[in-house]
Amino acid sequence: MGLPGVSGEPGPRPPGARPAASPWRRLWRAARPRATRAQLLAGVLCAALGFGVVVQVRQTDVAGLADLRESDLVRILDDAGERGDRLAEEVRELERTRSELTAGSDSAEAAARAAEQRALELGLLAGTVPAVGPGITATIADPAGEVGAAAFVSLVQELRDAGAEAIQVGDVRVVASTAFEEPPAGAGAGVVVDGTLLTPPYEVRVVGDPQTVATALDIPGGVRESLRQLSAELSVETAEEVRVTALHAVSSPQYARPASPGATAGSE
Amino acid sequence: MIAAVGLLVGIVAGVLLHPEVPVFLQPYLPIAVVAALDAVFGGVRAVLDGIFDDRVFVVSFLSNAVVAALIVYLGDQLGVGSQLSTGVVVVLGVRIFSNAAAIRRHLFKA
Repeated sequence: MGLPGVSGEPGPRPPGARPAASPWRRLWRAARPRATRAQLLAGVLCAALGFGVVVQVRQTDVAGLADLRESDLVRILDDAGERGDRLAEEVRELERTRSELTAGSDSAEAAARAAEQRALELGLLAGTVPAVGPGITATIADPAGEVGAAAFVSLVQELRDAGAEAIQVGDVRVVASTAFEEPPAGAGAGVVVDGTLLTPPYEVRVVGDPQTVATALDIPGGVRESLRQLSAELSVETAEEVRVTALHAVSSPQYARPASPGATAGSE
Repeated sequence: MIAAVGLLVGIVAGVLLHPEVPVFLQPYLPIAVVAALDAVFGGVRAVLDGIFDDRVFVVSFLSNAVVAALIVYLGDQLGVGSQLSTGVVVVLGVRIFSNAAAIRRHLFKA
């Protein structure tokens, strides 16, 4: 035990030197509060000891890396580095997985976009979505009330031949199933389009190549001439933006069913 | 009695103030505390032996703490700080045990 300053270290006690008073009484006597220098000093030192113990205990509670020795710190640093490497590897793995999943969802998204685009295009054909684009607005003034369903049929025929993509007569969208009829007797001049009675003047909005469509109406023996023979006047305005806003309400077919592709292939 | 009151006062002061241990003291405070504990046990044993001397107690208390801290400091400088502080704690622990055994023999005759 190489520490100096042994406090009150008793030397080897001679056997007969044992004090007569009982040790408890001796302890009690020493513990009695007396204002001696020894008592005060012992009190101060014990206070210092208690203070030190508490401070150290608290310090140990909150001890962080600052208390550690170099070798411990090196070990901890190594551990942290290894752990960091492992986690970085994991991050790479997860990022790869994520990019794969993103690519997968990208192609699914592309398919969904294509399907949506196709649905819109088909909607234009079926007349279920509004159409906008360059085209013409034609007005048919029919003071004599001579223009009938046949003139409209040939008008639509001519427009379609010229590549019109969306047609609206009055406020009725012209689609594949549109029918033009003569109005019932006594209803006056007009034409019934898909059950709606239209009266002159008629406005026809067409989305398509404006030049081609306008020219198609002007060909000799064409729509304009036949209308003039019916003493009706056709005026055409081309525009960069024509809005075909009338919609066609689609009803699900009652009799027709989609045939299997094999069956249609045979019939085509 | 005053010593016990002092111990309590010190503990309470430590709890209430909870001071921050300066960084340069942090490795040495625990060793100094153990050394001071050793001095206190030695003092109690001296009281029971009837040879307690306040001067010896004060000097031994302070020098125990300082020397223990000094040994650890030296060990840190030499690169064997952890081993040396372990050694000091073992030595002080053995002394505390032997002092406690002497006190026990005095008080309980066993």
